[in-house]
Amino acid sequence: MKARVYVSLKSTVLDPQGQTVKSALGSLGYKSIADVRQGKFFEIALEPGTLPEKARGEIDTIAREVLTNPVIEEYRIEFSD
Amino acid sequence: MKFGVIVFPGSNCDHDAWYAVSNNLGRPAEYIWHDSHSLGDVDAVILPGGFSYGDYLRCGAIAKFSPVMAAVRRFAEDGGLVIGICNGFQILVETGLLPGALIRNRNLRFICKPVELKVQTVDSPFTNAAGKGQSLCLPIAHGEGCYYADERTLDELEAEDRVAFRYVRNPNGSLRDIAGILNRERNVLGMMPHPERATEPLMGCRDGLVVFQSMAAALAYRS
Repeated sequence: MKARVYVSLKSTVLDPQGQTVKSALGSLGYKSIADVRQGKFFEIALEPGTLPEKARGEIDTIAREVLTNPVIEEYRIEFSD
Repeated sequence: MKFGVIVFPGSNCDHDAWYAVSNNLGRPAEYIWHDSHSLGDVDAVILPGGFSYGDYLRCGAIAKFSPVMAAVRRFAEDGGLVIGICNGFQILVETGLLPGALIRNRNLRFICKPVELKVQTVDSPFTNAAGKGQSLCLPIAHGEGCYYADERTLDELEAEDRVAFRYVRNPNGSLRDIAGILNRERNVLGMMPHPERATEPLMGCRDGLVVFQSMAAALAYRS
């Protein structure tokens, strides 16, 4: 079982890296790009046999308390086998 | 009166802070290793600049889980004086001892230069020896020094006179030009500029000494 945690800046927080990527894309000629937001991605492998319910609870705690700073960031979790 | 300088793996201003206190302020200072569960008998704590734990994940994010930070939190909650400088400020916001966050500089660059600050309040143990509105020239050296907080928090900081320092020419995009803030109880200060790097003429100026002199005065007044 694997968990994928996507961490992104809240929409209210300025993302200068995303802005720079966006302007670089514009200067490369990609005219259809309206906005770019940059974030972080964590792929977490769980020990075989971990109970799905336990894993969900733990990964949610880890995402909330370690992987994100709730002042500026939010997260989304996906699980796969 | 003794100052404790916390040392994390990756701290690199710990010696500067120790030197500023012991040599230029003339008070005893000792190092406290990050895996220590106790602060011993120190009267004030300095969280120095650097790149604690390589700044991995987020600046200060790993440091907040170190054993010594549990002790620093208890010390702060008991009213002890805690100053976080640069990476130390980042650690204090990560631990929640100060509000807001420090994010990537607006221009994406690591900025290393002297900047002019104005002292915004003298009603604190870190600025009592300064004059209100006094101008200080202190070095900054950071890539993630843009102070961010939501509007409500920013309004609260201003209403409660908790902005300690503001930049005269904002170098990093910090909201409302904030360079340093206090907690509600006013015993915890976080600031991005480095007062310890400006404590004798050889360093260019000694404008930063007033922060440590203020702390010494506050501690003397308490005892």
